[in-house]
Amino acid sequence: MLNTVKNIGKNEKIKLFLERRKPIIEDWKHTYYLWKSTPLAMIGTVIIFIFLMIAIFAPLLTSYSPTEQFMEERLLPPNSQHIFGTDQYGRDIFCRVVYGARVEVWIIFIVSIISVMIGIIVGITAGYFGGAVDEILMRITDMFLAFPRLVLAMVLTAVLGPNLTNTMIAISLVDWTVYARLARAEAMKVKSQPYIEAIRAIGAKDLRIIAFHVLPMSISPVIVQLTLRMGTIILTAAGLGFLGLGAQPPTPEWGAIVSDGRSYLVDQWWISTFPGMAIAFVVLGFNLLGDGIRDILDPRLRR
Amino acid sequence: MKLGTYIIKRIFLMVIVMLGVATIVFFITHVIPADPVGAILGGNAPIERVDEMRHQLGLDKPITLQFVDYIKGIVHADFGVSLKSSRPVLKDIINYFPATIELAIASMIFAVLVGVVLGVFSAIYRNKSIDHFSRVFSILGVSMPVFWLGLLLLLLFYYHLDLLPGGGRNSLFIFPQRITGLLLLDSIIAGDWTTFWDGLSHIILPAFVLGYASAASIARIMRASMLDILRQDFIRTAKSKGLSKRVVIYRHALKNALIPVVTIIGLSFGSLLSGAVLTETIFSWPGLGRYIVNALLVLDYPAVTGGTLFIAFVYSLANLVVDISYAALDPRMRV
Amino acid sequence: MQKARGNLLNISKLKVVFYTYRGIIKALNGVELWMNQGERLGIVGETGCGKSVTALSIMGLIEQPGEIIEGDILFGDKILTSLKENDLINIRGKEISMIFQEPNAALNPVMKVGFQIAESIGKVKNKKIGKEVYVEVRRMLEIAGLDWERTINLYPHELSGGMAQRVMIAMALSSNPKLLIADEPTSALDVTIQAQILELLDELVKKFGNAVILITHDMGVAAEFCDKMAVMYAGNMVEYARTTNIFENPYHPYTKGLLKAVPKIGRTDELQSIQGIVPDLVEPPSGCRFHPRCKNVMEICRKDFPPLVEIKSGHYVACYLYGKEAIHNANS
Repeated sequence: MLNTVKNIGKNEKIKLFLERRKPIIEDWKHTYYLWKSTPLAMIGTVIIFIFLMIAIFAPLLTSYSPTEQFMEERLLPPNSQHIFGTDQYGRDIFCRVVYGARVEVWIIFIVSIISVMIGIIVGITAGYFGGAVDEILMRITDMFLAFPRLVLAMVLTAVLGPNLTNTMIAISLVDWTVYARLARAEAMKVKSQPYIEAIRAIGAKDLRIIAFHVLPMSISPVIVQLTLRMGTIILTAAGLGFLGLGAQPPTPEWGAIVSDGRSYLVDQWWISTFPGMAIAFVVLGFNLLGDGIRDILDPRLRR
Repeated sequence: MKLGTYIIKRIFLMVIVMLGVATIVFFITHVIPADPVGAILGGNAPIERVDEMRHQLGLDKPITLQFVDYIKGIVHADFGVSLKSSRPVLKDIINYFPATIELAIASMIFAVLVGVVLGVFSAIYRNKSIDHFSRVFSILGVSMPVFWLGLLLLLLFYYHLDLLPGGGRNSLFIFPQRITGLLLLDSIIAGDWTTFWDGLSHIILPAFVLGYASAASIARIMRASMLDILRQDFIRTAKSKGLSKRVVIYRHALKNALIPVVTIIGLSFGSLLSGAVLTETIFSWPGLGRYIVNALLVLDYPAVTGGTLFIAFVYSLANLVVDISYAALDPRMRV
Repeated sequence: MQKARGNLLNISKLKVVFYTYRGIIKALNGVELWMNQGERLGIVGETGCGKSVTALSIMGLIEQPGEIIEGDILFGDKILTSLKENDLINIRGKEISMIFQEPNAALNPVMKVGFQIAESIGKVKNKKIGKEVYVEVRRMLEIAGLDWERTINLYPHELSGGMAQRVMIAMALSSNPKLLIADEPTSALDVTIQAQILELLDELVKKFGNAVILITHDMGVAAEFCDKMAVMYAGNMVEYARTTNIFENPYHPYTKGLLKAVPKIGRTDELQSIQGIVPDLVEPPSGCRFHPRCKNVMEICRKDFPPLVEIKSGHYVACYLYGKEAIHNANS
């Protein structure tokens, strides 16, 4: 008899595992169903997928180089050789836009990581420890929020030195506040749960509670919010690039390319138009997806 | 609590936050830069010049003393002297700020009118054409980069159609009277209609570009809020009382639905100020945004400090007003 | 259309559906209902049986995604179901009024209570109430048992549940409607307040002579207040009679089941619940919707919904147990 537990076959174990997680699996299935039936969310996802594919497979999409100059081919309108035309240095705009996608992906990635990290650390600390710590951290958050976002990012980038890395740092330093607030709310909710008291009574230390209980609960709303904000991150980065405070030439950042084309706007409209379209397209994708996610998660609409 | 107590509490908080803001700005402009003078003068400047400038800027004093001077300066509204224009920064700010405010107000008016109207009609005529149009309008509005939209519209209306001016606040030979600094208002006061129409034609495009994104988010929230309110019990009661559809919507639903919209309007103001920076650059609008950008590009630290502090102050003030109006609109908030 | 059974209200073959993405909810399955002037009719049944939907149909307040797909509602000599919206507006709040379940939620949170009552009384323009209307508002507040001076300028969130319901009653009765529909008016209130509100309604309705439809899931409340009762189940009316007859002589198996489950002082037998569960209205049972739970189910019950039969004078039931022969047998 004692051996029966050990002798449960592998199939049995898998079945048990799935059984216990059944409600979670059901929930995910339902979410997937909702996602499929929200056309806007699907369009958004498709757009973002295209965006990511373009970024990854950039070299396969174009044989030109984004930085090499071909002065004989400068300022050509869109034609069969250059779908988006060329700029004042003879560089193929389509190629620059495609490689620019990589820059954008990189920006989103780094900014997300840094801002979420700062936000969660500040938020959880404030929410969990409460009291004076909370007050001080919240005031600091307010102080960062007292600046219009772009202005603060601009100043930070200019002072740190205009380049891509500093742009990313600057945007992160402006964005973290949103996640801090969310994380704090979650931490406060979790802290007041009876089960937390219970495990504390048997000796669980704060760090352990934070790591195993508060943190997992905080991550999910933060991730959702992150998705909703990705569009804004791109727009801010592009804005900085446009002002000349972002990635420096010859890096093909979309905002910077738009700015490049400014002096040629009248006769060579394509230099500024296409990268701008790319920005709009990707941000649109994120916004659609974000809207879709928000609708899916809205408890009133979940049937 | 009563409205008055609430206001006092919020003002007090704002003061504290502003102090913190000032500290942050100090940190950014005085502590981080490795060698501001070197950056301004370039690498090959002679040592005496460098030292002279350092002394001039007070950079040879210990950091703590610099901070004290800085705070003293702020309290007296003295932001130092611009390195580029050699004028007191405060004067520059007073010079350029009204242009930004005028642009911001114009954009805000546009955004609120268009946003609220679109949002309300979208909700009432749900899933009909106006709704679809409005939703497309909205989602495009929050997705398009401001600077790109501005450039395209400039291209269209100025370069190709020659309908609107290409930038600036007024045409060359117009000399507006300066009373409040708000060109449109001043020209009305002075009865100078030529200047007024000229100013108007200059402000249309930038106000539209700047306000579009805000109009889009206001429309979305308005729609969502209106739909939410229309679902509620008290609307059913209003209908059961035999009130006409118009009365139900405008007298009962709208006031309730506007409440969350007010918050968005406040938030929009922040992005308006951010967007103003970009819009002013494109349309050569002589405002504070463009001033700060130009100051940043040459690392004119006093100008940057002054400009940033000022904008942060204005923004905080705007938020304060929004919070107070929120409490005034919704009697439940005055607990 | 068949002969009208009541002289005030006649609902016949009312079918209402709701289109949702789970499917089509067949909320009302051919409801028959009627009443006379000055009468008090109670509609009882479990949550979800269609009581509120019936009430809203009378008011013409069924909106997207709901729709009245069949049936007629006759009010006096007006066919409500074929009236245009503008005509319905002239009836709502004037000839037919309604009060709802959660009074605090049913009042506009950003409007003063006095103003909301004024709206039911007369035209109000631009936040100003005319002198005559103002006097009338005061009168109605007093009639409803409230201190008008204190209450008239309050906001709904400053009122207790009981006070809010009194305000609603003041609002609803201000035009002296021929019919007052009260949809679970006391379900959200404390028991003591419940009694007060019912007493108030009783007093006022006696004085002004309005007919009342009282919707409730509480048989006790219905017994207190109503002359006649209609029992509803899953979108149909299954039994209709004078209150005393329903309690002393229930015919429909569902009614019998309900009564067995009601606690009563002096009862010593076990409370019995009705076996089975409330049906899903997207895929409702065929024929008589109660048949899966009925001890006396017959083959015919699964086919069509039983017609309403007058088994005794004024006592109607919709059940195949009581076809023409059954009546004959019962009466002999």
